[in-house]
Amino acid sequence: MGNFKHTHHAHCESGVMSSMLRYYGLDISEPMIFGLSNVLNFVYIPFVKIGGMPLVSYRSVPKAIIKNIQKNLNIQMNLETFSSKQRGEERLDELLGQGKIVGAQSSVYWLDYFPPEIRFHFNAHNLLIYGKESEEYLISDPVFDKSVRCSKESLSKARFAKGMMAPKGLLYYPVSIPKEIDLKPIISKNLKKISKYMLKTPMPIVGLRGMRFLAKSILKLRAKPKKYAKLFLGNIVRMQEEIGTGGAGFRFMYASFLEEASELFDGDLTLREASSLMLEVGDEWRDFALVIAKAIKSKQDIDYKKIAQMLVNISKNEAKVYKKLLEFKG
Amino acid sequence: MDIKSVPQDNSSTYGEMKKAIYATSSDGKIKSIGSTGWDAEEIVTQQAIDDLEESRKEALKKVIAKERSPLYYYMYETRMDLSVLAQSTGFFKWTIKRDFNPKIFDKISEKRLLVYCEALGKSLEEIKKIPKDIDG
Repeated sequence: MGNFKHTHHAHCESGVMSSMLRYYGLDISEPMIFGLSNVLNFVYIPFVKIGGMPLVSYRSVPKAIIKNIQKNLNIQMNLETFSSKQRGEERLDELLGQGKIVGAQSSVYWLDYFPPEIRFHFNAHNLLIYGKESEEYLISDPVFDKSVRCSKESLSKARFAKGMMAPKGLLYYPVSIPKEIDLKPIISKNLKKISKYMLKTPMPIVGLRGMRFLAKSILKLRAKPKKYAKLFLGNIVRMQEEIGTGGAGFRFMYASFLEEASELFDGDLTLREASSLMLEVGDEWRDFALVIAKAIKSKQDIDYKKIAQMLVNISKNEAKVYKKLLEFKG
Repeated sequence: MDIKSVPQDNSSTYGEMKKAIYATSSDGKIKSIGSTGWDAEEIVTQQAIDDLEESRKEALKKVIAKERSPLYYYMYETRMDLSVLAQSTGFFKWTIKRDFNPKIFDKISEKRLLVYCEALGKSLEEIKKIPKDIDG
């Protein structure tokens, strides 16, 4: 793989898709992948627990980026999963032997190149495999600033970890990419789609409604033991900042996408304003994280009302971004 | 966020790695930059690690006191809980709970033990051994 170049990205799945498509000839940035795959979201599902804490997510389900990019850009991809570990290992070597670079889904816990501190049981990590030397795989993990190596044993264990969102050895790569892609209509369509979804979803657990629902749950923490309350709050921030969210739960990355989109539409002002507004919202998410982190460290009583109110304010300010985007005529 | 305000707090939870963050650079354009860490994030990651570590130490005490089988300890050592272990092995939770009993654990079949070994990344010998009280 002489001409493959590792690039540092903010998020695993969008990073893999950007690096992989670039290698196969389509020059597309990570924020553009993120924006066009329409996965920006907010999800709060109190009855689905991970590590004893309710599911909080700032994006749509794993694999949505791969699938939506495939659909929206009319790229044909092969996604292969395996029922046998051995078959999955052989197939990887076969594809590398054909000179392909391959995306893979894996658990974070079993990857030996991750710092031990952040090796949690999260099964929907994505990485790019671009070669093999003796019994080690050459890996471009988008959330790392340098390329890494991983032992065969560790990679196999990570690819075949079981449980929630089990990767089943998933490998993926493009088989055909259109020569000319006009991004403009795809951008217009998806901007409107996401804005309507975030503003008007009928489901109380997603979009801006999800944020307000979580704010209500934060108020209810007053009646809970303090240790639980602190873990609950910490979990919201971890999901926002830990392992590849681009900072601020993807809001900064989406702002970058809007800026790039504005340039494609000859410096469109509506999109540029929406980008600035989204950057501000990203900063507010970071302030929210900071206030929670301080509350966790402090021995004083937690001001739940203040924290909940911050989240309500964020939902109002994010609404302004989506309303701005609905004004876009392109 | 301005690119100059992107925290570079050398968080221990980042190990040697850096994270890419999108921020506004001096020319007004949004670019990505490597961050060595952020104190706020380190606090919440550390909180999660401490919680796991507490569970591991509690489990160690119970196993050494022979109240629980080694399996109980290795589940927490591998940062799992009953739900994750159940999903990773395909066993029902109540049957796993039964195997936490040292007497029942001593008698379970090798076939079943091997499933636990695969899920926890242990050998047959390791999983039967009562862990030493190293830093517990």
